[in-house]
Amino acid sequence: MQAFLDTLLGDAAGLERQLGYLAGMVVFGAVVVFGFVLPFAGIVTWAERRIWARIQSRVGPNRVGPFGFLQWLADGVKNILKEDIIPTVADRPLFRFAPYVVMVGFVGAFVCVPFSGDLIIADLNIGILYITAVTSLVVVGILMAGWSSNNRWSLLGGIRAATQIISYEIPASLAIFPAVLLSGTLSMQGIIGEQGAAPWQWHMFHSPFTLLGFGLFFTAALAEGNRTPFDLAEAESELVAGFATEYSGMRSTLFFMAEWGNLYVIGALVTTLYLGGWQVPQFTYNPVLMNLAQVGVFMGKSLACVFFMIWLRATLPRVRVDQLMAMCWKYMVPLAMLSVLGTATMMVALPNGSHTLRMATFAVVVGVVIRFAFKVRFHLKRARKLDYTSLSPGASQGLSS
Amino acid sequence: MSAVTSWLQNVTTSCSTVFEGLSITFSHFFRKPYTVEYPDRMETRVQDTLPFRYRGMLEVDLEICTGCLACERACPIECIVIDTTKDKATRQLIINRFDIDLAKCMYCGLCSEPCPTGSIHHTREFEGSDYSLESMMRRYVKFPVAAYKPKKTAEDDPEIMPVLERGMRYLDEYAQPEAKPASGTTSSSDTADPGSGPGGAA
Repeated sequence: MQAFLDTLLGDAAGLERQLGYLAGMVVFGAVVVFGFVLPFAGIVTWAERRIWARIQSRVGPNRVGPFGFLQWLADGVKNILKEDIIPTVADRPLFRFAPYVVMVGFVGAFVCVPFSGDLIIADLNIGILYITAVTSLVVVGILMAGWSSNNRWSLLGGIRAATQIISYEIPASLAIFPAVLLSGTLSMQGIIGEQGAAPWQWHMFHSPFTLLGFGLFFTAALAEGNRTPFDLAEAESELVAGFATEYSGMRSTLFFMAEWGNLYVIGALVTTLYLGGWQVPQFTYNPVLMNLAQVGVFMGKSLACVFFMIWLRATLPRVRVDQLMAMCWKYMVPLAMLSVLGTATMMVALPNGSHTLRMATFAVVVGVVIRFAFKVRFHLKRARKLDYTSLSPGASQGLSS
Repeated sequence: MSAVTSWLQNVTTSCSTVFEGLSITFSHFFRKPYTVEYPDRMETRVQDTLPFRYRGMLEVDLEICTGCLACERACPIECIVIDTTKDKATRQLIINRFDIDLAKCMYCGLCSEPCPTGSIHHTREFEGSDYSLESMMRRYVKFPVAAYKPKKTAEDDPEIMPVLERGMRYLDEYAQPEAKPASGTTSSSDTADPGSGPGGAA
């Protein structure tokens, strides 16, 4: 970003130059937030409903616009026009403030999302630490919402969210370590720069320990994002809507926008840390083309992660509270420790890494994917050949009247 | 030691079961949805897929109504009102009124059973919602008409023939569901199997 601004600013110096940097970042930040983050949070609701529907043999929203694509706009307009109700017994200032805290925690993460080699709002040298810190603001907002609603469901939801997010911060942070160790930096661009374009050059395939770290980070990030199977904070069947029970209209929309937008943050983090980020082979020296290709690759990887999360949500049931805590403290924290220590040991033992080990890890993952394809084929073959929808003219009986 | 093995077993079990579940849900992407998008996005109208003797809204073919009042007597809730007079000069039965109150009708089918010609019958229409009760009253006779008089020989009026054929077929289907139609009724669209004949012949 700075290099790009330098070419624009020319020979301006001193305060003017600093102001130029600031203006560039603010403009790009605004473009990212209003042009990408907010529409993305909306579109992903539509995508999620369509994908769930197909998994459940339904059609999903398909009436508003082509394939129902404009459904998210219709829902948004509806939510904006709805009455904003504040319960009389609620703690008014906190109640009104909570959605903004959640929103700030979520949008703040985009400061460090590296869309391409140059397109990043600010490449902080503590980037990944900043993101873990700022996304923790979400839990404050959720707890505020749960407490100020003065409602038992909301309070339970808020407390559940707090315990869950605070617990899962630990395996999530520990699982970030292997990638940071391998890169030797906390900066997002630095972490990506240490990886290559080919899949086996990603941090994920460095050794079995980083593969483990990838899985743990993904799971812990899901739990931090309050996604099924860890959506205890707003378990519909138990807590109405959890911390968002008393919210209506735009305020509840802000919560849900943060929740769905968080999917992208999780996807971007996983992509950056373990999946090679925006790395593409150097096929041209044209910076615009390079940046476009990098944005495309980064988007493709992170959207694949988002798809995977939606797919997981349609597959897995919600875990119980005790299972959630057992999984965090008994399983994920020790495994994350193992991942960190293993990676560190590997780095000491093999300072330059082992190409054989990389390829072996990569082969294992490819094998799992192939096994998965066969599994899917098996289930498709076993599926009953029943079609209740065959309402063809041939199925009709006799004459019409 | 058993604690460690059970710990490891829990890890492998959770991983393999999640793997299995994901493969099942993913296979659904390659299957067709079961949803039927009634009513506006269907290949065929639902009405056309229903069986011939489906008990939808009642209808009367006045051309072949004999004015015998069998349906009026059969109706358990008296939603059919028929008024007939005998024309002294021509010795013909005149139907002055034939009303069916569809708001009352309970679709039992008792009226279509005794009908000698299959004049009163259920259609396959079922979307009968309306804004007023009055509009549910179907008045089939606008001006008094002569009742149909069955002929000794086969019907030869080209206007009445198809209607009567249809009515007789309706009665046959009731007597012997799924049976082949009588050889006398040779509708152009009738194939060997009445169950698979295409709709829309009438």
